[in-house]
Amino acid sequence: MSVDKDTVRRIAKLARLAVPETRLEPMAAELNGIFQWVEMLGEVNVEGVPAMTSVVAQKLKWRKDEVTDGAQADALMINAPEGEDHFFVVPKVVE
Amino acid sequence: MSDLISMTLAEARDAIRAKTISSRELTAAFVGAIEKARPLNAFITEAGEKALAMAEASDKRIAEGKIGALEGLPLAIKDLFCTKGTRTTAASKILGNFVPPYESTVTQNLWDAGAVMLGKTNLDEFAMGSSNETSAFGPVFNPWRASNSNANLVPGGSSGGSSAAVAADLCLAATGTDTGGSIRQPAAVTGRVGLKPTYGRCSRFGIVAFASSLDQAGPMTKTVKDAAIMLRTMASMDPKDSTSVDLPVPDYEKLLEGGIKGLRVGIPKEYRIDGAPAEIDALWSKGAEWLKAQGAEIVEVSLPHTKYALPTYYIVAPAEASSNLARYDGVKFGYRAPGAHDITELYEKSRGEGFGAEVQRRILIGTYVLSAGYYDAYYSRAQKLRSLIKRDFERAFELCDVLLTPATPGPAFGVGAKTADPVEMYLQDVFTVTVNLAGLPGISVPAGLTANGLPLGLQLIGKAFDEATLLRAAQAVETAADFKHSPAKWWSV
Amino acid sequence: MNAPKEISVKNKLLKGETGEWEIVIGMEVHAQVLSNAKLFSGASTEFGAEPNSQVSFIDAGFPGMLPVINGKCVEQAVRTGLGLKAKINLRSLFDRKNYFYPDLPQGYQISQYKDPIVGEGEVLIDLKDGESIRVGIERLHLEQDAGKFLHDQRPDSSFVDLNRSGIALMEIVSKPHMRSSEEAAAFLKKLRAIVRYLGTCDGNMDEGSMRADVNVSVCRVGGYEKFRQTGDFKHLGTRCEIKNVNSMRFIAQAVEYEARRQIEVVEGGGTIRQETRLYDSKVGETRSMRSKEEAHDYRYFPDPDLLPLELDADWVEGIRKTLPELPDEKKARFMAQGLSAYDASVLVAERELADFYEELATGVDAKAAANWLNNEILGRLNRDGLSITQVPVSAAANNAIIRMITDKTISGKIAKDLLDIVWTEGGDPRTVVEARGMKQVTDTGAIDAAIEAVIAANPDKVEEVKAKPKLAAWFVGQVMKQTGGKANPAAVNAALKTRLNLPDEG
Repeated sequence: MSVDKDTVRRIAKLARLAVPETRLEPMAAELNGIFQWVEMLGEVNVEGVPAMTSVVAQKLKWRKDEVTDGAQADALMINAPEGEDHFFVVPKVVE
Repeated sequence: MSDLISMTLAEARDAIRAKTISSRELTAAFVGAIEKARPLNAFITEAGEKALAMAEASDKRIAEGKIGALEGLPLAIKDLFCTKGTRTTAASKILGNFVPPYESTVTQNLWDAGAVMLGKTNLDEFAMGSSNETSAFGPVFNPWRASNSNANLVPGGSSGGSSAAVAADLCLAATGTDTGGSIRQPAAVTGRVGLKPTYGRCSRFGIVAFASSLDQAGPMTKTVKDAAIMLRTMASMDPKDSTSVDLPVPDYEKLLEGGIKGLRVGIPKEYRIDGAPAEIDALWSKGAEWLKAQGAEIVEVSLPHTKYALPTYYIVAPAEASSNLARYDGVKFGYRAPGAHDITELYEKSRGEGFGAEVQRRILIGTYVLSAGYYDAYYSRAQKLRSLIKRDFERAFELCDVLLTPATPGPAFGVGAKTADPVEMYLQDVFTVTVNLAGLPGISVPAGLTANGLPLGLQLIGKAFDEATLLRAAQAVETAADFKHSPAKWWSV
Repeated sequence: MNAPKEISVKNKLLKGETGEWEIVIGMEVHAQVLSNAKLFSGASTEFGAEPNSQVSFIDAGFPGMLPVINGKCVEQAVRTGLGLKAKINLRSLFDRKNYFYPDLPQGYQISQYKDPIVGEGEVLIDLKDGESIRVGIERLHLEQDAGKFLHDQRPDSSFVDLNRSGIALMEIVSKPHMRSSEEAAAFLKKLRAIVRYLGTCDGNMDEGSMRADVNVSVCRVGGYEKFRQTGDFKHLGTRCEIKNVNSMRFIAQAVEYEARRQIEVVEGGGTIRQETRLYDSKVGETRSMRSKEEAHDYRYFPDPDLLPLELDADWVEGIRKTLPELPDEKKARFMAQGLSAYDASVLVAERELADFYEELATGVDAKAAANWLNNEILGRLNRDGLSITQVPVSAAANNAIIRMITDKTISGKIAKDLLDIVWTEGGDPRTVVEARGMKQVTDTGAIDAAIEAVIAANPDKVEEVKAKPKLAAWFVGQVMKQTGGKANPAAVNAALKTRLNLPDEG
């Protein structure tokens, strides 16, 4: 696995991270250092090995269908960088 | 003053119960010490006023005979735990001035038991690091320095602020979180005790998530007994956390009694690393001797997939983190970059400016390994390796009850010494990461000093939910090591 | 009765400039689960609340928040799966679907990707000409709904309301088995009826509790058959998705427009670009959705905050036992009682209508009840702009009227008048009949007397009728008038024939 600066640009877009143009190459180099090291996992024979989908051997607990939360518009908005009339405000989104 | 702050948690607890000291007295002593210890940069938020108010309330309860398990005891909280009404930053610019309107379950458990909050300790940003050098609030300095040098050393990470606070007597104990070693490694390089419980033992509700299947809260303390006391209160079954396990919490303190006669201690041969400092190996062997002298049986075991653990971790953890950190977008809370013309720019700028370099690196790694075409080769494969690593431990535990290993590949290193190459930093977790991948409990105990006076620790790994045996074995190491050292105070203003 | 067809017939082709085309339609329906609280949080799901007043910190993606699943939502999904005759998967997984959008506060949606809770099933749809089609269901899975936008508050901003964020949705995916806009509309209508019968979704499209994403493609004649035989999508045309069709009225129109648009493009030498489109009902066209154009890499992976969803087979069976009678079974039962396929399907389309009908038909002839419902009640409801749940005269009261017709207490005509009276004034029909003397006159004495009165008043007509027996009808009319419309027409006819010595009808 090897990434070039175009790949970094694409991945940064997917992750909504603004990476300055000048940082793309150095970032690609840093990532490649890490990916090269990770390559060794390819040595292992994982045929028939199940993926670990849960760390705890327990059944998923179900909640009762009761309204126990919400009704806290003020608390919800108090940390909002921009809010109006209990709405979160963002730059116009065209759908 | 210094007598008060150098007490262990157990000693302070007994003194408070015996009413020989008040919580207010004790708390004021720590608040004063914290103010004087600012050069260490262990705290992001000092909560002196709140602490004294909590102490007074505690003293009132004590007067009424209502004494909780941790009544009146001042603690430091890693700034990854959401504390209601007190700013929580995850050591990142991106949380801005976020003040949580809710409390994490673990800290709520502490307050319900009567404890007092001194403040929020510094950490690597979003718990990503092993040296507390990635914090947006500046690095933390290890209270320990090499005997022949004035150079600042790292306190380990990510719970570097907590480990420094405990080692510098700025609190009786602290909370940390451990995803790849972030409690055990800093504890080891600051000469103190750090316990990561079994995954699911402590609730993750209200803890800023890094890697959901690996994160676990735990105590960082001066002694093993203190860790047992703290764990009993921190642990609980939490209906608000689907991964919280429904098992009763034993009285860990009581279960420390009994000694370790007949305990089978496994020595995993793959933890012997070529090129590791001789001191590490020597201490490890000494540790085995100590346990043997107390009646334990030493058994050599094998954990064949050990060398794949770090690369596995560096796929799984960033993948989960890349998704967990998507919520930091400048919309609902935290930092919003000014001047964005559309929503995409808002996201990109806020996150680009709000997240530090290491966090960005890990988000990119995680996004990449989950992306189309790579999922099977990397994430899916890594999850299978986890199964193999877990299986290794299960097989080893058929032959032993606990495992003994080094805690770190070396003592505390200089600030800036390992920041050039990310992989070099990642290697700090070589002994600890396996434990998180398998979801098992692990503890580091101070065991000795290097030639130039820096602490080294030993790690013990236990069976799932068998913290009782783990703590008992840890106490046996502690007793034999008789590590009575404390750092020389260079930092006091 | 037609057996359900697998592949639809030729008369659904569309004519283009260069020849005939087949349409192929698949649908993904998002049905909001009927529950008090959301899928992974305890916030309320009620419609129409003040902005951001039904939002848990979990729904808003705050730091450290974790999902805990609502058991009722699981139950509703299983119930729906059983109603779709589908396979219930006893083990399923929740996955994170990662993407950035302001209505998605976590930056990911908790959904189900490779291991959904419900597998393959089917829906039978009835078409106007009596044809029945089987539309396959691919799967049903549970997922979180997203929040809502307001775009018109400020010119350069959008407002986000997270009340809807985290509400449980069932995504029901059909197989591409629909071949015309009529079939698409009928499928959605049937699916809506099924979930309303089951009580798992209220199907209120105008409140957004049911929305459809419709996939449309066109291909040359024969392509679809090849696809059904091989399962290879290459035999079909490139499909476009019409997103969020939220009105039953527009679904057929949207499909028609899109199919014709695609035919025009291809016949004009162009190629169809696979894209997401929106139906604009004001202009009757679909248009490309700018924001959805970039390719999405959702990076699905199992949600590490949740464990696999495991269902107990006995528990699923328990739910199966509590299922109500569904539209298809009810239709079959009504047909066995004597109703036509068409009449039965109209009645079962809405559970309330079917229930009303059953109560109406208690102890009376099924066809008579159906006719009464269709001719008298539905007509009046339509006229007054009411739905069956708002009918001013109860099923029991209507049943009483029908009984009075059957036992000849009143005539059919009087019955209609009676219905008008109780429709506007209320009251018990039997009481009204008594009070206003609306009882039908069958007493032969009274009838004979009325006949004598008419004969006496019209001697010339009496002569005429001897030559023209058909004039007897005029006499019947006169006698009815004489008795204020209350005489039983059949009895009048019989008595007149005897009195006037009319020949028997041949």
